[in-house]
Amino acid sequence: MKLTDPEILDRLQTRFPGSLEVVPSIDQPTVTVPREMLLAFAEHVKRVEGYVMFNDVLAADWFPARPRFEVVYHVYHPEKYQRLRFKTFVDEDQPLPSMVDLWAGANWPEREAYDLFGIVFEGHPQLTRIYLPDDWEGHPLRKDYPTAGPRVD
Amino acid sequence: MGLSSTQQEAERGILLTTVDKMTRWAQKSSVWPATFGLACCAIEMMSVTSSRYDLARFGSEAFRASPRQADLMIVAGRVSQKMAPVLRTIWEQMPEPKWVISMGACASSGGVFDNYAIIQGVDHVVPVDVYVPGCPPTPEALMFGILKLREKIQMGLPPKYLELTQGGAS
Repeated sequence: MKLTDPEILDRLQTRFPGSLEVVPSIDQPTVTVPREMLLAFAEHVKRVEGYVMFNDVLAADWFPARPRFEVVYHVYHPEKYQRLRFKTFVDEDQPLPSMVDLWAGANWPEREAYDLFGIVFEGHPQLTRIYLPDDWEGHPLRKDYPTAGPRVD
Repeated sequence: MGLSSTQQEAERGILLTTVDKMTRWAQKSSVWPATFGLACCAIEMMSVTSSRYDLARFGSEAFRASPRQADLMIVAGRVSQKMAPVLRTIWEQMPEPKWVISMGACASSGGVFDNYAIIQGVDHVVPVDVYVPGCPPTPEALMFGILKLREKIQMGLPPKYLELTQGGAS
């Protein structure tokens, strides 16, 4: 694992004792954050730790497990050259706080996650579909979405 | 003597035909495709105009950027759900008579992209005259398809959309 900010996980665990779960990973420090603490954690990571650059929001559908969605955030510290990944689990009827107020770069990735998985980000300035047509029904990357193409015979 | 030789010479230089045949000959010899490349098939479609394959021999090398100047739409690649209305609009903007070649497996049937995003065969969107198989088809295959279309025009068969609207093939 590339570590140019080696104590980041220790510092985060001291700041949020007992609530973070460190995930073993080969590329960058990774923690799982409870959904309720996500916004406070993100604010700390940006304003105190200095991870000011936002890379991406990813999602994975673990259907039929509950909660089914795993939402993954990638952030970057441009002065320490250190990446950090934090993720949280959410169900389909649970909204997540939007990161747009903290990192403007979260705008389009969150719309993408909404478009393809149907994850709702509360406080997003314009949570509409970004790839699919506006009148599309359903969220295609969900595991219970039909895999075959539509046939009009 | 002088008069008859002039007449003979004149007759040697005249070909008799019908206006209909003449029109078909002119049509088939200048089938201009619309520039409409959607995916990797478009690379093969581009090379068919190159000097190696030289589609200009058959008068179809002029790819028009405006559908209003095109007679033929070569659907070269997979058609996504989002592209389908655009494709239909471009087809409707082409002046009649117009023809459609569905190039490759994806345009003809969806190919390997059996998923939510891709139209499973462009004939759900526009009427197709010639299907060219392959993934992607070689330039020779596309050229063969264009030659088949020329045969169809020469025989006086109506384009597919007329077949459908006028009810039954002629």
